[in-house]
Amino acid sequence: MKIVVCIKQVPDAKNVRIDPHTHTLVRQGVESIINPFDLFAVEAALRLKDRHGAHVTVMTMGPPQAEEALRDVLSRGVDDAVLLSDRAFAGADTWATATALAAAIRKLGEVSLIFCGKQAIDGDTAQVGPELATLLDIPYATFVKQVELEDEGHLRVVRKTDEGTEVWRLPLPALVTVLRDVGDPRLPSVKHKMRAKKAAVPVWSAADVGLPEDRVGLKGSFTQVVRVFSPPKRADRWMLEGPVADQVEKLYQYLKEAKVPGL
Amino acid sequence: MIQELAEQIAREKIRPVRAQLDEAEEFPTEILKILAQSDLFGVCIPEEYGGLGGGILENCLAVEQLARACIGVATSFAASGLGAYPILLYGSEAQKAAYLPDIAAGKRLAAFAVTESGAGSDVTAIRTTAVKDGDFYVLNGTKQWITNGGEADIYTVLAVTDKTKGPRGASFFIVEKGDPGFSFGKKEKKLGIRASATRELVFQDCRIPADRLIAREGMGFVIAMKTFDKSRPGIGALGVGLAQGALDIAVEYARKRIQFGKPIITFQAIQHKLADMAIKTEAARALIYAAARHLDTDPPDAGKVAAMCKVFASDTAMEVATEAVQVLGGYGYMRDYPVEKMFRDAKILQIYEGTNEIQRNIIGQELNKEYGRMKDTFF
Repeated sequence: MKIVVCIKQVPDAKNVRIDPHTHTLVRQGVESIINPFDLFAVEAALRLKDRHGAHVTVMTMGPPQAEEALRDVLSRGVDDAVLLSDRAFAGADTWATATALAAAIRKLGEVSLIFCGKQAIDGDTAQVGPELATLLDIPYATFVKQVELEDEGHLRVVRKTDEGTEVWRLPLPALVTVLRDVGDPRLPSVKHKMRAKKAAVPVWSAADVGLPEDRVGLKGSFTQVVRVFSPPKRADRWMLEGPVADQVEKLYQYLKEAKVPGL
Repeated sequence: MIQELAEQIAREKIRPVRAQLDEAEEFPTEILKILAQSDLFGVCIPEEYGGLGGGILENCLAVEQLARACIGVATSFAASGLGAYPILLYGSEAQKAAYLPDIAAGKRLAAFAVTESGAGSDVTAIRTTAVKDGDFYVLNGTKQWITNGGEADIYTVLAVTDKTKGPRGASFFIVEKGDPGFSFGKKEKKLGIRASATRELVFQDCRIPADRLIAREGMGFVIAMKTFDKSRPGIGALGVGLAQGALDIAVEYARKRIQFGKPIITFQAIQHKLADMAIKTEAARALIYAAARHLDTDPPDAGKVAAMCKVFASDTAMEVATEAVQVLGGYGYMRDYPVEKMFRDAKILQIYEGTNEIQRNIIGQELNKEYGRMKDTFF
């Protein structure tokens, strides 16, 4: 079985600053980390590998320094890595990103399963996974907390939704985006670290994956960020005081006056 | 790379749970699994047996980082290496092939069993016996305070094979958990390193195949001493790690704690304490690293140098941990802060694997011999 895990480098949330004038993230000088949810995707893939045997490839689209993230993942036991890096990829929205990833995955040949994190903690869109599956024309399941291989051709996944949990049977090939519940990411091992240090990480450009420049990066994007702003703070806050019973009564009256449905 | 990974495991996996493991006196099974996955159990086992092929230095680098978080966990880890050394140094090819790959992979833990109720510093007083019976040896006796006792699967055990030969009458055996007549006593309640398991090993007509003898009959004490030459720098590294861990907490606390309107680190009384702690820790580290490199060349003065590592770094750990508690004052005495545990933990470093008094004996006797061989005078 061949598994691909897609990861993203994001700015370390602990050190993020917002430019007070442009309201965008200050990325210069901020350390990058692997998007935390993507490490769970790596773990989900490695657990399937442990149980059933698989070849796991990690892939990312990003600047040349994203190679560091790929080597980190290699040191945890992933078999090989591919870096999609090209000036033409710059400024990609989720669709243009998914387009590039889909072309690269097609180039890898037959892939049974693709793992992504549920979302990246910088953009928070949670769109690349589903878009990638759509482009590859394969089924997908999002917000997955448990993954099991049912038989050669099917995956059994448990999804966490707002309403509860859903159990799905997915025909392979498929794409799954995972939650932290799939298991704590393992740490590197010395032997994998040594292998990761020496491993060759191929860098693929848009041309390498057979995509014209107008389908990737900013040119291939349907959306553009026009403005980034912090939502205005809502100032009207009302503190309830006194005995609990009185507080409940006050709250009830308030909600009733506000014509909240059901009251 | 080894050091970096050990540091990451200590920071991410050991530090968050050390207080809980200590409080519950719980064996760190989960953490040892992580260490196994990381290949660190193989640090000083040759590559042909699945290890990383490192030496004493690599072992010290790993152990120091683990000890920075918790020497209870680090002791459980290091004790497996200690148990493996007799096989590694003197085992037959078949014994090495049978045991070392599992120990290197962390699949089976090892333990080293010499101490008895009447034989601590005086190793020659051991009373556990091994009597040859055809193709078997039959062991009888009780080992005391064995680290990883009950948790380990492989035990290297010292027993008397010929009472009449004194120190040349003891031999090392490999005993496996589950061997007939081999059982465990109660788990000891300790002052510190409470995450580590310490138990009695009880041998009652314990029959083991004769090929479990390591090297030859009578080699027991030689094997024990050579093992200690390899392992004692590791105890020193535990001390350096613990001292560094205590210093880390003390400096961070002193920078934040406000008294008389200022952080206490601005007071010279505290600065000088911290400076002395840092000097001693760095001196111990420098000794351990230099000595480990030297010992990896198998020098003739290994016993003396290994003893120096053990004494100096364990005394340093005790001193630095004591001062760390003092810097934190009342908070340092409370279980809510990690230096209370470090202070309790540090004490064992001066006792186990040969008390510091025994180490000084070794160093003194070695000096006497060394200078006795010299023909020159320094006067």
